[in-house]
Amino acid sequence: MKRIYVNEEWCLGCHLCEYECAFANSGISDMVRALKGKQIHPLIHIEDSGDVHFAVNCRHCKDPICVKSCISGALSKGKDGIVRIDRDKCVGCLTCVLVCPYGAVLPAPDGHAAMKCALCTDNGRGEPNCVKYCPNGAIVFETREEA
Amino acid sequence: MKEQSKYVIIGNSTAAVAAIEGIRSVDQTGGILVIGDEKHFVYGRPLISYYLLGTTDAERMHYRPETFYEDNGVALRLGVRAAKIDPAHKEVTLSDGSKVGYEKLLVATGSRPFDPPMEGIESVPQRFHFMTMDDALALETVLASDKKVLIVGAGLIGLKCLEGIAARVESVAVVDLADHILPSILDKTGADMIQRTLEEHGATFYLSDSVSRFDGNTAHLKSGKEIPFDILVVAVGVRPNTELVKEAGGEVVRGIVTDECSRTSIPDVYAAGDCAESYDIATGTQRILALLPNAYFQGYCAGVNMAGGSERFDNAVAFNAIGFFGRHVLTAGAYTGEAYTEQTADTYKVLFVKDNLLKGFILIDLPERAGVYTAMLRSRTPLSEIDAESLKQSPGWNAFPEKMRKEHFAKEV
Repeated sequence: MKRIYVNEEWCLGCHLCEYECAFANSGISDMVRALKGKQIHPLIHIEDSGDVHFAVNCRHCKDPICVKSCISGALSKGKDGIVRIDRDKCVGCLTCVLVCPYGAVLPAPDGHAAMKCALCTDNGRGEPNCVKYCPNGAIVFETREEA
Repeated sequence: MKEQSKYVIIGNSTAAVAAIEGIRSVDQTGGILVIGDEKHFVYGRPLISYYLLGTTDAERMHYRPETFYEDNGVALRLGVRAAKIDPAHKEVTLSDGSKVGYEKLLVATGSRPFDPPMEGIESVPQRFHFMTMDDALALETVLASDKKVLIVGAGLIGLKCLEGIAARVESVAVVDLADHILPSILDKTGADMIQRTLEEHGATFYLSDSVSRFDGNTAHLKSGKEIPFDILVVAVGVRPNTELVKEAGGEVVRGIVTDECSRTSIPDVYAAGDCAESYDIATGTQRILALLPNAYFQGYCAGVNMAGGSERFDNAVAFNAIGFFGRHVLTAGAYTGEAYTEQTADTYKVLFVKDNLLKGFILIDLPERAGVYTAMLRSRTPLSEIDAESLKQSPGWNAFPEKMRKEHFAKEV
């Protein structure tokens, strides 16, 4: 399947992907109205350490521990390989947050559920907005199956 | 004629579902029969408190889609219990007298509430446990805004019950022998923080105390205090359902003894979930880890191996995410070794380090990226291979060397 991969040597740490992610998932069509003056809650985040910067979001693991650990059956891995959360079933216990090795499942700001990246298949964008607007090709969306 | 199924699963909760998914990852056609004594569609057991709290409902509690059994070609026998396993003839006798033959059997019988001897308990008119949907439904029928509830046990089950009912009753009192709440997952400092939150929601605690005698709707405590109540919930602990395996000659210590392939000592009989022991890599001991994710890991491993695949579950560790009135307590591992502690007015963090490994942690209201710590525990990554100081301050992949990062972020995982 196509996944997001990180070329950390190209990442400037500009955090634009975080804004594009928050915008894509805001349900608002105007970027300024969606983000200006608001605390953003992106599903991708940049980790910084000195000169090193890289983006972290859901890896859509082949053997997803979040799905196996979910107490409510709210997390599932689809036939398309995408790990999704049914926020209606989620009770917000945060077991998934406790087990995701990447820190890529996040507590939702409303406190009642968790949230995660579904590769922009759940917000009408069709392809990951973070990748589309990364100025440097530091995050890419492609197939890198193991031989 | 005796019914025959290639795979028979006793129990119909998390470990059973996981085993079905494990079996079907290898064998798409072999017959699977599930025997379950609960009549409900499979649901997430820990959700019963959220049901009473009103954040979920019976339908949304379903652990899998409605078509799960049909989609996986699973036959269900609900409302009956397995009474006996006969390993010599490879058959299970059910409570209705019928027999089912198996090629591979999974025992996923879970646990039941433990009732310590308490004087006068039979004089209490309304007493409940809090483990199953039926327990929650029964309790719900008596909840009312003028009722006083007494919960015996300040552990995970007792206090989730408290959260679920606090707003639906007049008051909730909790008694526990331990000197702090949640003793299985928290130290005193962390427990005191959560206790204050529970008290703000109307709970009263009687710790380092116990009920010496019940007299109808009054509990007389060892300390001499008396607690009047209308509804009693006993949540002292649980006992694994090991009898079927024990009587069939299988090895049982506290729980059913299993190896890292989820096999019991009886050929072709597997066990998973709250009835079975795991080897806990944080404590280095064989013990029951009665936690939903662990039931899934064991059950899935059992299923794959039952179907002839090869799967090992060899990194079991206790971990728990539990919330109370918006506060989140995330814990894992063993609390041994050197402690690194950070405390603020609202948050609490303790990391335990021993033998160059992260052994355990407590995080209160610091959930973000906690899974990086859990992964360190499960993978037993030596702290000397990473920037341990950075990791202590905050969980993140910037503590890992570039090569390790690339293994995870530039490749399929």
